[in-house]
Amino acid sequence: MSMEKVKFGRSKVFFDPFNRRPGPIKKNMHYCPGCGHGILHKLIAEAIEHYGIQQDVAFIAPVGCAVFAYYYFNTGAISVPHGRAPAVGTGVGRANPEKFVISYQGDGDLAAIGFNEFIQAANRGEKMTIFFVNNTNYGMTGGQMAPTTLPGQKTTTTPFGRNPLTEGYPINVSSLINTLTSPVYIERVALTSTARIAAAKKAVYKGIENLRDRKGFSFIEVLAPCPINLRMTTEQLNDFIENKMTEFFPIGCVRDRSAETAVGELPPATIHEPAEVMAKLFPLRQEGGVADDFRNDSEIFNRELRIRMSGFGGQGILSLGHNFANMARLRNFNVSWMPSYGPEQRGGAASCAVILSRGVISNPMVDNNCDLLIALTQMALDKFGHQLSDNGILIYDRSAMSKPEVKGNQKVFGLDALAIANSVGNPKCANSVILGALAVILKKYAPLTEGDAADYDKVYREALTESFGSKPKVLEQNFAAFEAGKAAMAAEL
Amino acid sequence: MKYNKRLLLKGNEAAVYGALIAGCDCYFGYPITPASEVAQTAAQLFPQLNRTFLQAESEIGAINMVIGGAAAGKRVMTGSSGLGISLKQEGMSYLAAYEMPALIIDVTRGGPGLGNIGPEQADYFQLVKGGGHGSYHCLVFTPNSAQEMCDMSIKAFELAEKYRMPAYVMADGVIGQMMESVLLPEPKEFDYDPEWKMGRYVNGEAQVITSIYMEYNDLEALNNRLQAKYREIEKNEQSYEEYMADDAEVLIVAYGICSRIARGVVDTMRADGVKVGLVRPKMVYPFPVDPLKKHVENGTVKAVMSLEMSAGQMIEDVRLAVECKVPVYLQNRMGGNIPSGAEVVEGVRTILKEIAK
Repeated sequence: MSMEKVKFGRSKVFFDPFNRRPGPIKKNMHYCPGCGHGILHKLIAEAIEHYGIQQDVAFIAPVGCAVFAYYYFNTGAISVPHGRAPAVGTGVGRANPEKFVISYQGDGDLAAIGFNEFIQAANRGEKMTIFFVNNTNYGMTGGQMAPTTLPGQKTTTTPFGRNPLTEGYPINVSSLINTLTSPVYIERVALTSTARIAAAKKAVYKGIENLRDRKGFSFIEVLAPCPINLRMTTEQLNDFIENKMTEFFPIGCVRDRSAETAVGELPPATIHEPAEVMAKLFPLRQEGGVADDFRNDSEIFNRELRIRMSGFGGQGILSLGHNFANMARLRNFNVSWMPSYGPEQRGGAASCAVILSRGVISNPMVDNNCDLLIALTQMALDKFGHQLSDNGILIYDRSAMSKPEVKGNQKVFGLDALAIANSVGNPKCANSVILGALAVILKKYAPLTEGDAADYDKVYREALTESFGSKPKVLEQNFAAFEAGKAAMAAEL
Repeated sequence: MKYNKRLLLKGNEAAVYGALIAGCDCYFGYPITPASEVAQTAAQLFPQLNRTFLQAESEIGAINMVIGGAAAGKRVMTGSSGLGISLKQEGMSYLAAYEMPALIIDVTRGGPGLGNIGPEQADYFQLVKGGGHGSYHCLVFTPNSAQEMCDMSIKAFELAEKYRMPAYVMADGVIGQMMESVLLPEPKEFDYDPEWKMGRYVNGEAQVITSIYMEYNDLEALNNRLQAKYREIEKNEQSYEEYMADDAEVLIVAYGICSRIARGVVDTMRADGVKVGLVRPKMVYPFPVDPLKKHVENGTVKAVMSLEMSAGQMIEDVRLAVECKVPVYLQNRMGGNIPSGAEVVEGVRTILKEIAK
């Protein structure tokens, strides 16, 4: 393949001149003499050009010496927070899968502050190629210890040499991610000689080819020289990389599943067409539903109704409130449903407040002037009984307590909700039993008009169908429980 | 119409419906109580529209994915609470510097530290005053109902895009957790494709998104531009609701669940002939300075109450707004406690006694 030949001249993926670079120098990069970034930039630019993906590259520039990579690459680019390049790249690629995401990071950026972002992106198999420049130190900040600094190596923050007992050992990133299932391609290369650079070029091309083919996660670790911070000549550095670094970071391919990985496909287009969005988000109006301007005409609905439902967890108290709130919602009331919150739940108690109103519901907490209290346990009655208004209605579970005392014009009704629910074959239907009983009570004592009384049954069915339409058996049992609750309360009255 | 547009939704769910109706393409988030339903609803609904839901590895990961999605020119969102928002502040500072829009839902909880999952409003400072490094602001919406969680998520995208900056929808735990009937607005034709997006080629040169300005004068110019934008927002975008404020002697300022309680208190006390009124900020950045100033300058207001579920964070902005021309009192609860109507009534009576002295 012709790509093994040395290419002269500047890749068209580079700007020429580098006008984005501030200051007078526009022909050269800002990197130090002898630095590896320039060589790697060149290889990447050539590979981008070779595979014809320039127009859609998203180059994620890190915090570190390569922060200004976008001075040179004429591709889409973003300079991102320290270490976050794989997360930003994930965002770019997921939001716009047509983009080819290249993350270019140093050893502090990738293996220290951004290690989690990196390893999680690798584990998810994000469709991106990461170039990881390992030069054993933080270059831009002036040569501090990196996770890749060798034992005994002196840096500006390890002036006496890195002590593995207190500062740990160099992290072998390529080996570490080789424990993950998702990555497609992992290779470590170096830039120490023409032969090494030729091998690096092959790896870079493979990484970019995988990117073009949307195969998944490719990772190329590059052992790169940093002569200024390491205070070495080129010869000394080549020796350092070839003989010291490779002891911890052996050069070569760690994994290559490029050939057996299928070319990736773009996901289906996002749905934004208003009619389609509505079809997906908005529930279908149930049979018997009413128009948006429908109003129930019973007198009682002209004021705010404040309801508390309470009992033990598992009795379906929250569902009861939820179903009732749904019924009101389907008849164009403003409703609020507020579950109990906090430590009292740990005792097994459950309660919720439901308010319905034609106007604005101010305070959604029901703490006094409760119009309707449903209490299924003695504890619930003890806690909330005093909140019932003088004209309020109380429904209690007869199997759990004796008939409570009443004050003022309060009306009290006992019900064997659980027993009735069991008799229709499903204890979870107790809340339908209560809603059935409530139909009879409201009709007589609210009171409801004939029309509203009939509508109550209709809206109950609508609400339940909306919730359980896909479960005909559950629906059937609930309807039976509702009728049984009605019959039981009718017999009482 | 074959669809039911009125749904019973938690505030947390309503925010996601709103965002989807606004054309949001991606949700990136990390689970946290009491904001869990935001992520869960997004996980349920986004894929149904072939849009992206991704559970991030961390709060920091999530906000950086938001940065990526926004840079790619898409509408993107995340959701979190208190301590999670603290972690996101790095990304917020970058979003402000990049001048990129995004929606962040904050369902606030008790703090400091791990605090608890009860409702507090103690994220005010970190949302309104910047929160991360550098001189910047974010738009901060303060819904007080599930309906507004939906509506304000839509409005947040609109303003965030108009001004190219991130927007928070700040709900307390109650507004996030409570279910209310919500009338869903119909989605509009989708037309989002920002000119400034990363990688668009202009005259042969690919656009870049960056926040690094090595030349001091360049960075100062960015700051001046941002500040000019903020002054414009402070002038044009104040959003509030007034309730019986025109002749009020005691003016309550409250947002979120506190404003619902305050409205009830106004009704109760007006029935007894007490002249109390309410100014409810619907946004706290920009803060509604104008109505507070107006009422104080009219001369009817003798005192202001800042009703908060924090140790008193908004009160600083209230005092600045009234320029200390009338006394401003703090009425508050903390730790997850919600002020009761009775407490607030008592507080107003105490203020009346104080100012009668």
